[in-house]
Amino acid sequence: MTSYPIEQIRADFPILREKIRNKPLVYLDNAASCQKPQAVIDSLVHVYSHEYANIHRGVHTLSMKATDCFETAREKVRGFINAASHKEIILVRGATEAINLVAQSFGRSQLQVGDEILISAMEHHANIVPWQMLCEQIGAVLKVAPMNLRGELLLDEFKALLTDKTKLVAITHMSNALGSINPVAEIVTAAHAKNIPVLLDGAQAIPHLKVDVQALDCDFYVFSGHKLYGPSGVGILYGKQALLEAMPPYQGGGDMIRKVTFAATEYAGLPYKFEAGTPAIAEFIGLGAAIDYINQIGIDTIASYEAELLAYATEQAQQIKGLNIIGQAAEKGSILSFTLDKIHPHDIGTMLDSLGIAIRAGHHCAMPVMDFYQVPATARASFAMYNTHQEIDVLIHGIKSLIEVFG
Amino acid sequence: MFDDLRDLYQEVIFDHNRNPRNFRVMADANRQVEGFNPLCGDRLTLYLKIEDHRISDASFQGSGCAISTASVSLMTEIIKGKTEAEAEQLFKQFHEITTGQSDQVKLEAIGKLAVLAGVREYPARVKCATLAWHTLDAALKNQAQSISTE
Repeated sequence: MTSYPIEQIRADFPILREKIRNKPLVYLDNAASCQKPQAVIDSLVHVYSHEYANIHRGVHTLSMKATDCFETAREKVRGFINAASHKEIILVRGATEAINLVAQSFGRSQLQVGDEILISAMEHHANIVPWQMLCEQIGAVLKVAPMNLRGELLLDEFKALLTDKTKLVAITHMSNALGSINPVAEIVTAAHAKNIPVLLDGAQAIPHLKVDVQALDCDFYVFSGHKLYGPSGVGILYGKQALLEAMPPYQGGGDMIRKVTFAATEYAGLPYKFEAGTPAIAEFIGLGAAIDYINQIGIDTIASYEAELLAYATEQAQQIKGLNIIGQAAEKGSILSFTLDKIHPHDIGTMLDSLGIAIRAGHHCAMPVMDFYQVPATARASFAMYNTHQEIDVLIHGIKSLIEVFG
Repeated sequence: MFDDLRDLYQEVIFDHNRNPRNFRVMADANRQVEGFNPLCGDRLTLYLKIEDHRISDASFQGSGCAISTASVSLMTEIIKGKTEAEAEQLFKQFHEITTGQSDQVKLEAIGKLAVLAGVREYPARVKCATLAWHTLDAALKNQAQSISTE
């Protein structure tokens, strides 16, 4: 790992030079959102300075230029997750909207009263609430596959919950609250053996793992751009073409039509059928720039560097008396969720903030996970490609010091 | 090391966090309200015994951060013996000070509760300090079994 270009990477992220409360920023809230490299910031400036107009409609030069850049970004996303066709890459606002789209379009058209949707015990609210809403609307039933105390999905119990009534599996690739990476290949195989389609929530996994949707053979894969070092406000729904073709539009409006009369509307083909209205043009192009940046370094290189960071942080944290790591799955991404005996996570968050360290304290939009571990909240440090061993030392020293102060 | 936080985490707060006062269930309470801050999961149950419009006893149970625990602990101490109207007045003053809404209220007016005034500079933590008082307000008005700060 001596070749990992950490100095260069850090130099590429201008915000890392910020001082917080007069201390160098130690940004460890990457699971909530990642910072942006200069290349992404520059791409937004460049689009708005040179290439901006609305897309897919103008005959004028700028509109064609913007359309080209926009569709190039789609191609970059396609390549990044190895989708078979650009038609399978739907631009949405984020992973949350992608799941809502599948729930409302696929769910409402394909599921009936009594049908079951299977999720897991470690889901983010974004992969719980849209299904609860769907269940309320159509009388379907939400089933939850359990996990063990380490935060690992119980695969046998999961398989036992796949029944003739199960019409969709929606499960996280990597838990945002625990870091657990689910055995998605086995999940997809087991579900497909019963002809059940699978949606993978990749919001956390996408910046940490190589994702190949064809190799995974998942039916839907969703993620947000802002967790992939791209701008906020853009996200991706990948869906297998045949499934997307069969689904009705999610929203109606401009850009998603072929022909409109007051009597009837003919919808546009994929992917435009699901992209009503003017999208986040510059942000999508910015996401393309983020993918270029990641590809330059290599997602596998990033993954092994982050694995090393997590291993180091875990080893250091385990030596702190009174610190409990929440989530100790054998397969785990770079998230260290923890509690301290007798010190509330919000006090930890405020204390560390005064040292320039940004972590998340709270329920991480996963209140059922908090209930499972019987904690009101956890503190969570999450690592990205630009974090360092030295920053982990700062974190560990901060934790030790605040334990002392609280006595 | 935590010099910047001296205004927020004063020694009195650590003391009340370590040894909360009036931390008990009150069997003969005639008011009981649950307060919940969904943002951070702070949860407390406030017990009051009110006789002739006067708070003769106050206690609580629950779990929360140091700020919220110290706040409710200090509150139960200070409201004991106060009339309902006096407690309401204190709630208003405390709320105005901690949310920085008014400079009119002098810190002296709220006595030792002033140690919590530091939350003004930490918008994310104001609700930690005020949860206890919103719960008290609901208990005094006797109109809810539980309140939430959202």
